[in-house]
Amino acid sequence: MAIAESNIRPTATVRARAGKNYSRAKIAVPGNRGIKVVQAVTIRKPAAELYAFWRDLPNLMQVINHPVSITALSPDESHWSVSAPAGKRVEWDALIINDVTDCLIAWRSRDGAEVQNAGSVRFEAAPGDEGTEVTVALEYNPPGGKLGAMVAKLTRDSAGSQVYDALRRFKALMETGEIPTIKGQPVGGPQRGQKGKK
Amino acid sequence: MGKRKVEVQRVDDPRILRPRDCIVKITSTAICSSDIHLYNGYIPTLEKGDILGHEFMGEVVEIGPQVKTLKVGDRVVVPFTISCGKCTHCVRQQYSVCDNTNPNWHVAETAMGFPPAGILGYSHMTGGYAGGQAQYARVPHADVGPIKIENDLPDDKVLFLSDIFPTGYMAAEACDIVPGQSVVAVWGCGPVGQFAIRSAFLLGAAKVIRIDSLPERRAMAEAAGALTIHSGMDVMEELKALTGGRGPDASIDAVGMEAHGSAYDQVRQTLKMETDRPFALRQAIRCTRKAGIVSVPGVYGGFIDKVPMGAAMNKGLTFRMGQTHMQKYMKPLLKLIEGGKIDPSFVVTHRVPLSKAAKAYPLFVEKKDKCIKVVLDPAA
Repeated sequence: MAIAESNIRPTATVRARAGKNYSRAKIAVPGNRGIKVVQAVTIRKPAAELYAFWRDLPNLMQVINHPVSITALSPDESHWSVSAPAGKRVEWDALIINDVTDCLIAWRSRDGAEVQNAGSVRFEAAPGDEGTEVTVALEYNPPGGKLGAMVAKLTRDSAGSQVYDALRRFKALMETGEIPTIKGQPVGGPQRGQKGKK
Repeated sequence: MGKRKVEVQRVDDPRILRPRDCIVKITSTAICSSDIHLYNGYIPTLEKGDILGHEFMGEVVEIGPQVKTLKVGDRVVVPFTISCGKCTHCVRQQYSVCDNTNPNWHVAETAMGFPPAGILGYSHMTGGYAGGQAQYARVPHADVGPIKIENDLPDDKVLFLSDIFPTGYMAAEACDIVPGQSVVAVWGCGPVGQFAIRSAFLLGAAKVIRIDSLPERRAMAEAAGALTIHSGMDVMEELKALTGGRGPDASIDAVGMEAHGSAYDQVRQTLKMETDRPFALRQAIRCTRKAGIVSVPGVYGGFIDKVPMGAAMNKGLTFRMGQTHMQKYMKPLLKLIEGGKIDPSFVVTHRVPLSKAAKAYPLFVEKKDKCIKVVLDPAA
């Protein structure tokens, strides 16, 4: 099954640039059990600049808020390690299966991955002077039958919000050079006023 | 520190956290009327231990490596909104809805659909940034926000460029004033209302009418040349009498979410059936001339009830509102101050050492002792 068909239908531009290399069937998780997430953000930077950041996959560690480690094994292969509940880690190797300079990157996990996953990011000119529309489609297959399906239901929102959060951080970093934060700022202590102290 | 509890504590000094930050040693800081909404517990997402304050100025004592426009020792006024200067909204001078300065965008999106800019010292909905009722403050995007003061004007004359002067000015500018002709009505004569009145005159309004109930605020408005109506009177009839029966061309709601005058709203707000009390807004909608403008600098936080949408629609009113696009106004308004067109220090009624700020809050909130504006001295 292809990922969220209606949402990742490629534009004419992407299809033209991709030529015969474009195949939706390739960015897929087997069966129809995957959790599908599509999120988008508009960034006031040229597509080429955004693509270049994303194509160097370990850069994504800066924008993914969840603890993750990404190692490039070759130009098209990378190793991902994500912390999971109860101190566990989920690891997999990912393969870039479609790469259209300044337009599209698509990837999927290698066969046998514990959590099968696939995804794509598209960079398309937004209307007028708005910049570039960046759309991420992600699909993953949580392990474990019925329990997995339940987890899937529970995690659908959080997967969506994590992808969106990463896109917001990506936008801030690209547009301003930094990601906004309040971590490390001073904060008041427990209330003391009622005990009559200053 | 909880509803209606503010206290002064010793905390760690702020640090540079991002390359475009600066640290300001504060020389003057004020309590804003919008802090009342926080104090009274009507803005959700304020947390215990949050540091309030978004109207301050001082001296730059540390700058991040990417700040090229300031140097240590510069005297600056800091705007209450934080804007990146790079996103599409900032490029369009819509600074208060900057895309990139609210780290809690998910909180704001849940409530509002899309997140507005970060605001210093104003709850976690707008970023949770530590504020400036303090001796030092961290100012993010310091290359976009703070403006340098390169004259020897005292703090009192330039401090209010941090919020209330630009806020009142933007509200008046939104009224599309035709010089020598327009009549503007202003609900609420707190500090923002006072600046809206003076700004309307600066923009050429023929007549400005203020609606409020407090005599000391009336006196301050009359000193600027405004006509006054007591909010306890039949405001519609009074406004008609003062405008040849037309009604004001534009109305400014400088009151916002905690208007007095409606027991209905007071009860509903207390019961959490509505978050805001829009009494002034309702009256403004009713009283505004056909095809007129309603300009809303007053802060609303959530939902309001019984808005006369029928009146607004059928009279063809235009609504303009928003947090202030500070960076658009600070420099031109500084020029007005330097040119002697306005002296913002008129609004100050009380000076209090920062160490006594906990006592200043109830004084200000309950409008005791003819209190209109409190300036806090961080050194005392």
